[in-house]
Amino acid sequence: MDWALLAIQFLNGLQLGTMLFLMSAGLTLVLGIMNFVNLAHGAFYMLGAYIAATAYRASGSFWLAGMVAVPATFLIGVAVDRFCLRRLYDRDHLAQVLGTFGLLMFFNELVRVIWGPAAIFAAVPTSLESAVELLPGMPFPLYRLVILLVGLLTGVVLYLVIAHTRLGMRVRAGASDRVMTASMGLNVTLLSTFVFGAGAALAGLAGYMASPMVAVQSGMGDPILIMTLVVIVIGGIGSIRGALLASLLVGITDTLGRVYLPVMLGAAFTPAVSNALSPAITSMLTYLIMAAILAFRPQGLLAARTG
Amino acid sequence: MPPLRIVIVAAVLCAFAAVPIIATVFAQPHYLTVLGRVLIFAIGAVSLNLVLGHGGLVSFGHAAFMGIGAYAVGIFNAYGIDNGWAQWALGIAGAGVAGLAIGSISVRLNGIYFIMITLAFAQLLYFLASGLTAFGGDDGMTLSSRSTFNSLIDLNNQVVMYYAIFAVLLLFLALTHQLVNSRLGIIVAGIRSNEVRMQALGYPTYRYKLIAFVISAMMCSVSGLLLANLTDFVTAQYLTWGRSGELLIMVLLGGMASTFGPVIGATALLLFEEVASAYTDHWQLFLGPLLLLVVIYAQDGIWGWLLAYEKRRAR
Repeated sequence: MDWALLAIQFLNGLQLGTMLFLMSAGLTLVLGIMNFVNLAHGAFYMLGAYIAATAYRASGSFWLAGMVAVPATFLIGVAVDRFCLRRLYDRDHLAQVLGTFGLLMFFNELVRVIWGPAAIFAAVPTSLESAVELLPGMPFPLYRLVILLVGLLTGVVLYLVIAHTRLGMRVRAGASDRVMTASMGLNVTLLSTFVFGAGAALAGLAGYMASPMVAVQSGMGDPILIMTLVVIVIGGIGSIRGALLASLLVGITDTLGRVYLPVMLGAAFTPAVSNALSPAITSMLTYLIMAAILAFRPQGLLAARTG
Repeated sequence: MPPLRIVIVAAVLCAFAAVPIIATVFAQPHYLTVLGRVLIFAIGAVSLNLVLGHGGLVSFGHAAFMGIGAYAVGIFNAYGIDNGWAQWALGIAGAGVAGLAIGSISVRLNGIYFIMITLAFAQLLYFLASGLTAFGGDDGMTLSSRSTFNSLIDLNNQVVMYYAIFAVLLLFLALTHQLVNSRLGIIVAGIRSNEVRMQALGYPTYRYKLIAFVISAMMCSVSGLLLANLTDFVTAQYLTWGRSGELLIMVLLGGMASTFGPVIGATALLLFEEVASAYTDHWQLFLGPLLLLVVIYAQDGIWGWLLAYEKRRAR
């Protein structure tokens, strides 16, 4: 067993997990507070990546690109909430699923109209291109490390805001009983619009940070949206801590599965077969975890009580 | 004058029946393929509606059952077996077993959890299909031959193929009508409106929901069997979650509370796609907001709109 490789793959898994956490934190709050299923959440990730890639090209500054992309996705989220989704709050989940499915379709096509059908590739900023040697003989790309740290930092900040500020208290109150909170004189509508925008901004942040590593193209948010849904169901709907735990679990399972499953299967099958099977089995593994959780512990790993 | 909705149902069915004639007169054989596909999705939507509209179970994974049907044709074909009886029997039985396995875990859950677990199982089967590279995976596999039914029906004849699909749809409409008005259908409708009360009345609600789910899964697999035959093609793309979403849209667009609604929904959605894509590549830019508007303002779908119109006229 190559321990250095295992450690690096573990870090890669953590990095994927923190990305998933950025996506799921917003979605789980929207689902927890407003009882609203939002399939368009993946679109904010995509828009964040597109806006960041464009701003980066235009200005040459990666930091500036982030300063544009994150507030822009916040505003788009607020606008979408105000003008479309508000009307779906009181409706059943089916209506919400289909309405936001339509919205997803719209955004996927809109980016094709604006940016064209071809994928955009953004470069990793030169200052972050190098690799750092975490341990002797164990180099790790600096950019991935930055993503990991930003993700963890966001998690800590979110936790502090939700657990220890007045705003966070209101969000938690809204999550536990919307009607009661409203009758205590709080503007829950405004609060939920803010939470929706913040969720969109977090997804935009994830898209911005992913943009140098993936092909920025229409529909790029769809697979990650489904993974995010898996994460929030595993973690427990409405629970930020659950989302963090489940993100890391899914990120690490997925990454390690992709690396080690071909090796394990390679012992039993020909390389061609094991290379074809292992991504499928890895993906299936995530859904198996989710199905098992739903069957035996439907409230998720950490049920939402304290946020 | 019969009620307007009866007239509409008759008109739609007559129009579908006349398609081969129109295609021949205008020398447009591809009409048969396009409208055959519409009918196949209508079959899928009618099957889904059995649990969705009548049972209140929002399954976000019915594409999986369609996929099982398609793969039953594809996998047999890859081994050189074109016998339709074997392909269809195993496809439907396979969907029944999958439906039983998925349903036995899923129907215990409600609301968002039911949506998510059906999605999870459908994704499982999607990744299984995309991993089966021997049978095409994501790239798909062209079939060497369609299902053969001795010398009874020749599906290679496109007109016969079309009428076979149409006959299955008519059969399923009749079957759904029977089921909905049967004891099972009435109990399932009771569960939809108040499950706790049905339990209190002594009905084993879990069992009834499961039976409805399995029947719906088996019916849906037939649409997959037909789709593989019509397109001569099988791909893991038949099982994507987008496909499951499209089926849901068809049911909602047509109207959930009725037997015939999903047929109207499937026709409206697919013909919109067909016509709009002839004018612009970016037709989804219009379809998306249109869906949102339908969901917000016309929650009972086209069928509900028809009913409301009739009521207004009667007054």
